[in-house]
Amino acid sequence: MRRRLPEWFVLLLPAFVVVAAVVLIPLLFSLYSSFTPYKLTRPSTLWTWIGERNYERILTDWKFWAAFGRTVLFLTIALNLELLFGLGIALMVNKVTRGQRTLRTVLMFPMMFSPILVGFQFKFIFNDNVGLVNNVLQSLGSDAALPWLVDGNLAMFSILFAEIWMSTSVFAILILAGLFAMPRDPLEAAKVDGCTPWQSFRHITLPFLMPFIYIAMTIRSLDVARAYDIVQIMTGGGPARRTELLWTLMSRTGYVDAKMGLANAMGYVSILLSIAFTIFFFRKLSAARAELGMGG
Amino acid sequence: MTEVTLSNVIKRYGVHQAVHGIDLDIEDGEFVVLVGPSGCGKSTTLRMIAGLEDISGGEVSIGGRVVNDLPPRERNISMVFQNYALYPHMSVRENLGFSLHIAKRPAAEIKKAVDEAAAILGLQELMDRKPAALSGGQRQRVAMGRAIVRHPDVFLFDEPLSNLDAKLRTQMRVEIKKLHQKVGNTIIYVTHDQVEAMTLADRIVLMRDGHIIQVGTPLELFNTPVNTFVATFIGSPPMNLLDGVVTENGNVRLGDGQELPVPTAARAGVHVGQQVRYGFRADNLSPVGHGVAEDGDIAEIDLRIDLSEPLGTETLLFAVLAGTEIQGKMLNPRPVTPGERMTCRLALEKAHIFDAETTNVIRSS
Ligand SMILES: Nc1ncnc2c1ncn2[C@@H]1O[C@H](COP(=O)(O)OP(=O)(O)OP(=O)(O)O)[C@@H](O)[C@H]1O
Ligand SMILES: [Mg+2]
Repeated sequence: MRRRLPEWFVLLLPAFVVVAAVVLIPLLFSLYSSFTPYKLTRPSTLWTWIGERNYERILTDWKFWAAFGRTVLFLTIALNLELLFGLGIALMVNKVTRGQRTLRTVLMFPMMFSPILVGFQFKFIFNDNVGLVNNVLQSLGSDAALPWLVDGNLAMFSILFAEIWMSTSVFAILILAGLFAMPRDPLEAAKVDGCTPWQSFRHITLPFLMPFIYIAMTIRSLDVARAYDIVQIMTGGGPARRTELLWTLMSRTGYVDAKMGLANAMGYVSILLSIAFTIFFFRKLSAARAELGMGG
Repeated sequence: MTEVTLSNVIKRYGVHQAVHGIDLDIEDGEFVVLVGPSGCGKSTTLRMIAGLEDISGGEVSIGGRVVNDLPPRERNISMVFQNYALYPHMSVRENLGFSLHIAKRPAAEIKKAVDEAAAILGLQELMDRKPAALSGGQRQRVAMGRAIVRHPDVFLFDEPLSNLDAKLRTQMRVEIKKLHQKVGNTIIYVTHDQVEAMTLADRIVLMRDGHIIQVGTPLELFNTPVNTFVATFIGSPPMNLLDGVVTENGNVRLGDGQELPVPTAARAGVHVGQQVRYGFRADNLSPVGHGVAEDGDIAEIDLRIDLSEPLGTETLLFAVLAGTEIQGKMLNPRPVTPGERMTCRLALEKAHIFDAETTNVIRSS
């Protein structure tokens, strides 16, 4: 007798198949390959099982840890500055009474460009010979041609600058949405209760904006964790690995050195970083929402 | 001593003028109610006193000090808002203590003041809840508590009860009155509900279209309205008003030719041929033997009762007189059948005559 599959299973089957093909199989495959010495140039290496050797190598490799640390630093600085600027911009735009719509649209422009274009643009702006920044500095009387993309610290700064230029508006727009949604009454009550404008902001506005800030943080922490393009275009992780972040390191290992197995292992280690950031902000988000009585 | 004085206070929004030069003296410890229909400028006036709205002209002073240019925090007032305006991220305790916390008072003093306010308003059980976890009435009490912990000079209330159901509203009304008797501060209270105004106020300020129409005790407004607006706004049911014209023999001829004598108080003020409105309250029109005193100046009217509303101690009667629906009251009620004819007595000394054109009351001084 032929047994029939349960109806719910049949109905869900297409979804299962798609998810398996698009997510599950690549995931399992890359996980598996991180336990092999898989080199893109020699496919047969895919069948050699070397256990956790790749992971051992990474965890004892200072280059990896340097990139890891630099990435954490990069994320922290970028997110905090973006938050600060975004908050400032949102508060100012919220005060504007005329032309606010236009301003809001203008705010979104940076988000419309491909990160690759932004990378190219800033690569030109920060170029030490023909770049706009040095040109301006020189016409102001400075005779030094600052090596914006060559010096390690300056290069990090330039990349951060480009990243922040491109993404501050994510914060600005989400926080602005928060300000629009904010009830006016508690602010008036605070005025009557004796608050100065700063105290109103600190005790009333900011707590109300926290969920919006954490949503922006969550989105951005995922975003930055895959912001490969700008770095790749502007410095390629160079010079001499001084702007090497996890994602340039991985792509270099995987595609240039062709050590895909090792690169995948790095990927799995750094996913932990992403997950950690995301969980952290998500927790904060839930806490802030609970604080406002919005429920879990 | 905290008097509040408004002199010629004006509020303009662009070209639109919302408040037209209001003059008002409020004494220390007085409970004043601003009442009027929606959009008449009550909230605007209150918010100018609070400092939440700029004053376009005139002067507001609190306790003898002109406060036009002072921010709210320097006016020593507290305000209770229509939709409570609690701080959503703070517990009830924190909400209550917030103003003292901002004023950097010592923790022990804050706790004492908060516990006191909580005791007055019965909030002890709720101290650790967030506003989202409170019912409307409880939120309202927290909002009032937040206002009283500071011992302000003046309390401002902007329709604090309008979001509550009828039963709770009655209950909170009593609590507010008790609160006033307990703390004795000056209170300015805004409402559009005349019952609230009548029951709470020492003095009522009745507004319309940004003007003050009449100021007085609840009974003054009830018994001696200055115009038809006051007569119909204050009191429930509103005063009956019948159009008519003054005749040679000192009567008012109504639309259907029926005549009613001009009330005693207005006799010297009317002239023959004047278009008037004849006003009297339901309380002063009763079937014979069911209310209005048998002696005094009385007019008898034959009415066909269309509808009756028994309210227990009295029954409200609806009839049509000279084409206008009017209401009367029957004390010690007996059952009434619709369509029944009754002879009713109208107490003339309680009736009013208003000029039809200006709507102002006519009284022989
Ligand atoms: N911000 C504003 N801009 C322009 N006009 C306003 C503004 N606020 C109030 N008004 C106008 O001022 C007038 C008085 O408003 P106000 O809020 O004082 O009325 P109110 O008596 O409190 O009415 P309600 O009983 O409905 O609360 C109204 O005509 C209103 O449209
Ligand atoms: Mg109002």
